[in-house]
Amino acid sequence: MSDAVDTMENAVETLHGCPVQDSHGQRVLHASRDQYVSVIKALADEGYEMCVDLTGADYLAMPQRTIGFGIQPERFELVVNLLSLSQRKRIRVRVQVPADDATVPTLFDIHPGTEAHERETFDMFGIVFTGHPDMTRILMPEDWDGHPLRKDYSQGSIPVQFKGAHS
Amino acid sequence: MTIISAGTAEGGQELLSRSELTAKELLREVGSVLRLSEAEAALLAEVETDAPEDQTMIINMGPQHPSTHGVLRLMLELQGETVLRCKPIIGYLHTGMEKTGEALTYMQGGTNVTRMDYLSPLNNELVFSMAVEKLLGIDGDIPERAVWMRMLLSELNRMSSHLLFLATNGMDLGAVSMMLYGWREREEVLRFFQKVTGLRMNHNFIRPGGLAADLPAGWRDDVLAILEGLPSRLEEYDTLMTGQPIWRERLQGVGVITAQEAIALGATGPILRSTGVAWDLRRDMPYLHYDKMEFDVIVGQYGDAYDRYSIRFNEIRESMRIVYQVLENMPSGDFRIQNKKVTPPPRARIDESMEALIHHFKIFTEGFKVPEGEVYVAIESPRGEIGCYIVSDGSSNPYRMHVRAPSFVNIQTMPHMMRGGLVADAVAVISSVDPVLGEVDR
Repeated sequence: MSDAVDTMENAVETLHGCPVQDSHGQRVLHASRDQYVSVIKALADEGYEMCVDLTGADYLAMPQRTIGFGIQPERFELVVNLLSLSQRKRIRVRVQVPADDATVPTLFDIHPGTEAHERETFDMFGIVFTGHPDMTRILMPEDWDGHPLRKDYSQGSIPVQFKGAHS
Repeated sequence: MTIISAGTAEGGQELLSRSELTAKELLREVGSVLRLSEAEAALLAEVETDAPEDQTMIINMGPQHPSTHGVLRLMLELQGETVLRCKPIIGYLHTGMEKTGEALTYMQGGTNVTRMDYLSPLNNELVFSMAVEKLLGIDGDIPERAVWMRMLLSELNRMSSHLLFLATNGMDLGAVSMMLYGWREREEVLRFFQKVTGLRMNHNFIRPGGLAADLPAGWRDDVLAILEGLPSRLEEYDTLMTGQPIWRERLQGVGVITAQEAIALGATGPILRSTGVAWDLRRDMPYLHYDKMEFDVIVGQYGDAYDRYSIRFNEIRESMRIVYQVLENMPSGDFRIQNKKVTPPPRARIDESMEALIHHFKIFTEGFKVPEGEVYVAIESPRGEIGCYIVSDGSSNPYRMHVRAPSFVNIQTMPHMMRGGLVADAVAVISSVDPVLGEVDR
């Protein structure tokens, strides 16, 4: 942790104790899982009143990736896009989520609109949002096995039955 | 409550009957259905939340109901004709397009995203192309003509999408002649698209680096014919619907949402603007050359279905203003970037040059490599903010391609708008949200 603090001090910019990176002219804030909810809350109080998007990414196939700022890359990443209507600016919050404990606290109490996004992220990646009022699948059938957007979930592996076709 | 963990059965999506719910769980469910926090849900006391169970009924509306705009399923708890709870259930059109997007190259990606919001395919292609261009670092080098052509197509697409909204809104509320008129006007725009892109829908015309082809000869006359024919007809529709007492009675005060709720739920586009929030990405975070355009952002006041209808109606007129300005300013020049990395060689070069043939073959089989990085680009589609989040690992396929679909978010406002209303108004609410289920489910 002390390493992380040292590198954070060298970072160009920090916001609410988190390093802020420039990605193609867009501001990206890297929050740890413990900071996540409090940072989103602080940003909401600061004027980022709308959470436009919440999604995930599975970095299983990119094991050598680096983030910098002393942050340990994990398999899953949560990506939250916030928008400030009054100040006309955006910020993206990225949170590393380890594969062996893929749980993240919900944003439902701050941005109720993330409810559907969190269900979708759970459905597609299997990241569980603790405290979410209705943590069920949203797009896939309820009895589906697996989480389709994970990188170890292969494409087109479902057998297709042609009913009534003559052989 | 069962404890939910990843990889196990998650339990049903059904609305439970009230006897199976404890008071606390019911409050949670109402909170979830309203998409508001528990504290706020508890404050909403106007609707009777503890109706006796023998007086309420849970029914399914959809997924085959004709007024659900495709395959939206709504579970409604009714007391008489009043909607107490509503839960939208989606996923019937889920085809894994984000997963498919990971298997297609950046060159092929347009064919995938264009099928998401099939009523404004060009806006989908535009946001995807802009995201790829930003990752490539060529977003500032797109030729002027390509930028203006993109604006022309984007605005015509907005007009066709809103005209279809007028048609379906009329159909859902019993104004069947409006349905025919709306489809007819939309068809004129689609006929122009067919002439330009070769297809009525799913064009794959806007591509990373520019557009697939130049505008055909006589395009200006075709656009002018659309622009000159439409105003007198819009006047007629105004008389037919806006001034008509039945139409107003049917829409005014139905499906009301406040600005605070719309922002909390993340709603964008006409739904957000109907509450009085003047937010349009074309004006507030301009892309292409929208900062040079003169147009008004149409804003409502009451946040009801009538405001949303009026906003879309008048946005057609604003789009026509923009198209006139595009016609005045359309420069000549390249319609795609002359960067050999992303642009295939012209057809004529292939006949005379072996290298051009190899280049053409490579770019269509392997695609082009995009530097590592991640980017989120958002534009204003007819339905609200459409965003594209792409992660690149340096190969020619996106590592992760996510589309922030405006309908997916907007559909979450429906339970809130329907609460305490009549079943008949539920149809008006669905129609006024104008969801495209292809984009909701992706």
